[in-house]
Amino acid sequence: MIRSLPNSRAYTLGFKLYVILYFTFLFAPLLVTCVLAFNDSPFPSLPWKGFTLDWFMADNPDRLGIFHDEINLSSIWVSAKVAFFVTILSTAVGTCGAFLFEQEDFRFKQALYFLMISPLVIPGVILGISVLLFSNTLGIFFEHRWNLDVGLFRPGFWLVVLGQFSFIATLVTLVVSARLKKFDHTLEEAAMNLGANRAEVIWHITLKFLRPAIIGSGAVAFLMSFENFNTTLFLVGSEATLPINLYLQVRDGSTPVINAISFLLIVCTSMAAMVNLFLAKKEEV
Amino acid sequence: MKYQIRWALIFFLTPVLLWLFLLIVLPHIDLLLMSFRVEDDYGEMTWSFSNYMNFFNEPIYWLTFVRTAVYSILVTFLTFVTALPVAFYITKVASPRFQGFLAMLLLLPFWVSELVRVYGWMILLRESGVINHFLLRLGILDRPVEMLYNDVTMVMGLVYTSMLFMSVPLISALESLDNSLIEAAYDLGADMWSILFRIIIPHSMPGIVSGSIVVFMLTLGNYLTPNLMGGKNSLWFTEQIYNQFIASFNWNQGAAFGFLLLVLSSLVIWTGLKLTRQKLTGVIK
Amino acid sequence: MDLSVQNVTKVFQEFKAVDNVSFEVQEGHFFSILGPSGCGKTTLLRMIAGFIEPDLGVIQIRGADMTGIPPNKRPVNLIFQHLALFPMMTVAQNIAFGLQRQREKKADIGEKVERILKRVGLPGFGSKKIDQLSGGQRQRVAIARCLVLNPTVLLLDEPLGALDLKLREQMKVELKKLQAQVGTTFIYITHDQSEALVMSDYVAVMNQGSFEQVDTPQNLYHKPGTPFVARFVGDNNAWTGKIRRCDNDGTAEIVTTEGQGFHTKIDGVFQAGDEVDLFLRPEAMLIQPDPSVSGLNRFEVTVRAILFDGANSRLLANPHDSDVEMLIALPQNRQYDHIRENDKIEIGWDVKSGICFPTSLHENA
Repeated sequence: MIRSLPNSRAYTLGFKLYVILYFTFLFAPLLVTCVLAFNDSPFPSLPWKGFTLDWFMADNPDRLGIFHDEINLSSIWVSAKVAFFVTILSTAVGTCGAFLFEQEDFRFKQALYFLMISPLVIPGVILGISVLLFSNTLGIFFEHRWNLDVGLFRPGFWLVVLGQFSFIATLVTLVVSARLKKFDHTLEEAAMNLGANRAEVIWHITLKFLRPAIIGSGAVAFLMSFENFNTTLFLVGSEATLPINLYLQVRDGSTPVINAISFLLIVCTSMAAMVNLFLAKKEEV
Repeated sequence: MKYQIRWALIFFLTPVLLWLFLLIVLPHIDLLLMSFRVEDDYGEMTWSFSNYMNFFNEPIYWLTFVRTAVYSILVTFLTFVTALPVAFYITKVASPRFQGFLAMLLLLPFWVSELVRVYGWMILLRESGVINHFLLRLGILDRPVEMLYNDVTMVMGLVYTSMLFMSVPLISALESLDNSLIEAAYDLGADMWSILFRIIIPHSMPGIVSGSIVVFMLTLGNYLTPNLMGGKNSLWFTEQIYNQFIASFNWNQGAAFGFLLLVLSSLVIWTGLKLTRQKLTGVIK
Repeated sequence: MDLSVQNVTKVFQEFKAVDNVSFEVQEGHFFSILGPSGCGKTTLLRMIAGFIEPDLGVIQIRGADMTGIPPNKRPVNLIFQHLALFPMMTVAQNIAFGLQRQREKKADIGEKVERILKRVGLPGFGSKKIDQLSGGQRQRVAIARCLVLNPTVLLLDEPLGALDLKLREQMKVELKKLQAQVGTTFIYITHDQSEALVMSDYVAVMNQGSFEQVDTPQNLYHKPGTPFVARFVGDNNAWTGKIRRCDNDGTAEIVTTEGQGFHTKIDGVFQAGDEVDLFLRPEAMLIQPDPSVSGLNRFEVTVRAILFDGANSRLLANPHDSDVEMLIALPQNRQYDHIRENDKIEIGWDVKSGICFPTSLHENA
């Protein structure tokens, strides 16, 4: 059954086999994608025609490597900008939320908490369309009332940021709250006892304690935003984010450039994940 | 003192209220209102149930709806069945030295964008894909087979995509299970199955429920995987929503569909919570 | 013979956790294995329960060889250190768990559960949740859960360790009474000597993987077989010294390293010049003995501190102004209330109460 019990050979072996199969299932698509990014063939498929870096470096009409592919590069830049603003917004508001639900007491707190976690159980597509509808309603209202044309209310960059922020902030709130729960309140009391006011306590003591959680959840927020598809799909304007751009390409046929982008994404996110895990582990020790 | 507490409350409450009301509450109210609006014969908007009537009168709509619901439940169940042994292996069977490594390996693929993962499956499974290439080489097939674009592949893709959100809560639930409970059950004469159903599953129930809620919600709201891996006949309800919004530009019909999906997801989650006697706030933690 | 353990050895990566241990337990006995943490007692217990297979040796229960038989097929049950009650079940479901695994009839199970609950003094507790019970009640449910299966041997892995002091004292007595009442063989492991001494018919003192001595609690206390037992069971004052002269009546003249001369009883073969360890219980020391009593080693000590602890009160003292510390029992019969710190008082101990071991045995302590 478990480590500390005597196990039959068949049981252990069968279990090991299952786990190996599972991990193969988990990694096969990623591995194949990476390998085919280096295949010297116009299609991302076998047979293997030799190693090439064309899909990264080439700069000619036949083969346009990712480093010269203006459209893909600009979508990466858009995604990065979106992710940056989403991260800033959601960590700021999420941290406020954590303080609000952990340290403050007010009427309807329970109801508001319920509202705060609700984005976790609302499908991303619904979030996307409801934000789209509401911004459209507001846009019409502003135009009729004050004859104002507010760009923010039309699909585009800022609407994508707001749409993603609406559920990523929940995640930050939950992560930071979890850390804040472990906070030893006598530290705050001690600081107050030594003459600090509430704001100073929060700045010097509590926020310092929360820093790993805020940074960690910020990193996750960045990644979630960078990769978001469902919510973004409805809010995107003329500037496509990377997932939207890739989706359009994959739907209409594929070239190894997509593999090259995927390869870069896999490498970067794995590295980010490792660093994050490493930092988390260090924090535990 | 009293004055200072109010100040902090306002400071924390304002951004959270803005976030929740402007991006969650009002948009969803707007979604509901819009779903009851239709354009009449004179091009004026009026109140009507006809968006919902359309849904029930067109079999393609409600069939897709039922299909999506049934498949989402199936995917949730399959994800649980596949993830449980792995979570159990990592927490209870594997030697403690490999535990951290295996858990990290388990999470790694999910940091990569869903699009990249689906793309990986596409180049593995399609007619000119890697698996077909190897099967032909080995002489198992004499003609390539299209393995993409059918329901089985789509379900597998959905299971793959949502695996993480089942594994993580399961691992943390199993970690909190005291080994001596399993030993005690074993000592009292239990075999593997009674330990599984009487000890392990009841103990992990909060983890199972929270994992299932997230997986169900993500599957229901998924657009990418059914769209790219499912066949022409494997319509997903989110695709209907997308069609109404982007292709037909009938936002009011889309709003009605969106609201129906939201009701469905809330209903299934609520039923799940009632059946297992859990609370949403408890499960989120 | 309920349990027979013969030459059992278990090695974990070069480390001998249990080293060639043999013992037997008679039917209906309360048998304790007493030792410091890390001495291998838990490993030994888990081998009897079947969670670990011994590398060498044989474990027999009622004459049947247990080699290769998994824990769920052995006629022994284990009370876990933290009890391992199933929190997802009620008290009755916990107790019924093992019976259900034996495919007993539903009606029989209900009846047996009722009966065992009455026997452990918890009638009507069946529908309670585990987290509604107090520490002592949990203890009893854990015992009931095992006893309902009628095990040949019940193993207990320090189950009182998590209780607070008062409850522990109370449970010791209860456990002893319960065992006498049900008559099941109990094997109890603990690092707490008082638990072992109070409850057991026999106690095995374990150290570094092997048994130092298996004996009745009285004998362990009064006639420790090794220096380790002398130090571990009860408090002892220890001196090291040399034998100056052996007498024919089984006594010897000893000079301690501090130069004190004592006359003590010896067991075994000693020669003049042998290095010895001499142990004396605090209660063997008599404070200001009557001058008429003969055959006492008398000397003067300086009282350093009065350690008042009710019936267990002691004096901490230095003999002859040396800095050796010794403990002297201080009976609370008001006779010695005049003693103050820094007083010089006379102490005496009877020749027969000294316990001597050759220093070569010292290495294990």
